Amino acid sequence: MAQAQHSASFPDERGRFGEYGGKFVPETLMAALNDLEAAYIDVQLDQEFNNELTGLLINYVGRSTPLTFASSLTEALKGGKIYLKREDLAHTGAHKINNALGQALLAKRMGKRRIIAETGAGQHGVATATACALLDLECVIYMGEKDIQRQSLNVFRMRLLGAEVVSVTSGSNTLKDAINETIRDWVTNVETTHYIIGSVVGPHPYPLMVRNFQAVIGTEAREQILRVEGTLPDYLVACVGGGSNAAGLFHPFAGDVQTKFIGVEAAGTGVESGHHAATLTAGTPGVLHGSYSYLLQDAFGQINEAHSISAGLDYPGVGPEHSYYRDSGRAEYVSVTDEEALEGFQLLSRTEGIIPALETAHAIAYLQKFVGSLSSKEIVLLSLSGRGDKDIDTVASALGVEL
Amino acid sequence: MKSIKNTFSTTRSENRPALIVYLTVGHPSIKDTPSLVKAAISGGADIIELGIPFSDPLAEGPTIQSSSAAALTLGVTPETCLETCATLRNDGIETPIILMGYYNPILAYGVESFITKAAQVGVNGLIIVDLPPEEGEAVKRKCAENDLDLVMLLTPTSTNERIELISSQASGFIYCVSITGVTGARSSLPATLPNLVQSIREHTDLPIAIGFGISQREHIESLAKYADGAVIGSAIIDAINEATPKERVSRVQNFVKTLSLQ
Repeated sequence: MAQAQHSASFPDERGRFGEYGGKFVPETLMAALNDLEAAYIDVQLDQEFNNELTGLLINYVGRSTPLTFASSLTEALKGGKIYLKREDLAHTGAHKINNALGQALLAKRMGKRRIIAETGAGQHGVATATACALLDLECVIYMGEKDIQRQSLNVFRMRLLGAEVVSVTSGSNTLKDAINETIRDWVTNVETTHYIIGSVVGPHPYPLMVRNFQAVIGTEAREQILRVEGTLPDYLVACVGGGSNAAGLFHPFAGDVQTKFIGVEAAGTGVESGHHAATLTAGTPGVLHGSYSYLLQDAFGQINEAHSISAGLDYPGVGPEHSYYRDSGRAEYVSVTDEEALEGFQLLSRTEGIIPALETAHAIAYLQKFVGSLSSKEIVLLSLSGRGDKDIDTVASALGVEL
Repeated sequence: MKSIKNTFSTTRSENRPALIVYLTVGHPSIKDTPSLVKAAISGGADIIELGIPFSDPLAEGPTIQSSSAAALTLGVTPETCLETCATLRNDGIETPIILMGYYNPILAYGVESFITKAAQVGVNGLIIVDLPPEEGEAVKRKCAENDLDLVMLLTPTSTNERIELISSQASGFIYCVSITGVTGARSSLPATLPNLVQSIREHTDLPIAIGFGISQREHIESLAKYADGAVIGSAIIDAINEATPKERVSRVQNFVKTLSLQ
């Protein structure tokens, strides 16, 4: 019941998680957000919509994804009992497809046949392009020029899927700027276009809607761990950029007070270096991209550039629900550096034969710091949010290997 | 110092739209802004709108994005914008001044102290692009306490309910966005614009000024038939960018003169 109570109360009808969230957008978008909210409320109770989405998640995405006991990793780290929720095995190789399909179906129902989206690492862009190919929707993906360079494989995948990929050259040329450009497109084409935001960020109802589409991760994981272990996990661990895989994993456990939540942010070259993306660790609250949440900003309210080796975590904001979890103490947020993430990347590859996404590698790296003190009975459930094929070039170059 | 309300009364009695000229504070430099404001006024600007630069201006097209980015590299802050206004008032400028910006820099400054200070230095009104009335209760209250107008935007996508809501919350004038899109000079105004203005009129007696896309005298002549004011932004910034440093002041003055129906 506690779980239901949590879902019912957050966000409130103004889209607030405590003081965080809201709708801070230009007037042009307000009517569209209100329509979206109404349409989303409508489909939540619509059997036909839910059957269609569930059918796609099973037969197209390949859900449920497995929960793998990581015996060798557990042995290597000498502590806890580590399980991996295998979102890397979802079609397109990451959790992003759960949300992209849900929103694309919703857009179709709303009569919007043009889809736009931002992408950082390219996983959300690929997921959106995939959903659009499947559902016969026009698709335009905005991506920072810097990310286009470091994620060329995903760029080609999106183009193969029929999407137009637009290079964004304003600001820092990364995810933040791609979101700005996507919002500008939406401001211009809002009457025909739906914006599929890829994370639990943005104005209400996005943080709510994306979390709920991603909650399939936590719902499955909760059932699976109860089946295998007969008990709930002691810790949930997930990487946090905008925070969608973490929000999706955490939410169904929100009422399970014995289960602790740990979100792992990107510390770049170190939080003290100033070159990082550790928003909840080192940021302050403010308004960016439509919601009030923690941000990396200067004393004058200008948004700082984020820095991370992982394009998917390279974002100076975070979902408002995480800001609420942080302040309430429900979740703990920690950070690991680029270098530690590279170690985590190699560790999982070597021990479990799973090459994780660089985003996920941050969560793996944190295990190295933390599970050593745990007893062998303490269960740690980690969201393996994506696979690492897209990062091979980046990792090789960081390790000084020429391909 | 003249109020926004009296300014519109004057322009209405002269049977012409008020000309509202936008400049980004600190573009092309902090010291240029006061002289460009004066040039715009001598060219015929009735109201000056000063843009507070922000790193992520998501309602702006390329022109104002780049003027904002340039101003930020020069270190322009909300404080600089307030100081610019103080300078203009010290120099005897009586024309109404509106500050236009995004919410986060104002939030970081402190909503209460920003509004109090703005009123002290002679600002007449505020436009906060990403602060809809649903989130703007505190700002609205503080503006009212300090006798600042809180100008709000209505757009072609605003529903009747929103036109009613915003008309009831706004003061000074209604900023009617001509197009569904971001700022930037355009060659023509949409044919449906008079209808939008008409539907706003049904809910308010506030003056209605048209902005976004206005770049030519013909635009202003045509909207003079149904609106109370015109905002010119990106086209002025383009004119400044095209001029040599020496020509800027005269270019702004002459350009505004070609737009003014005085």
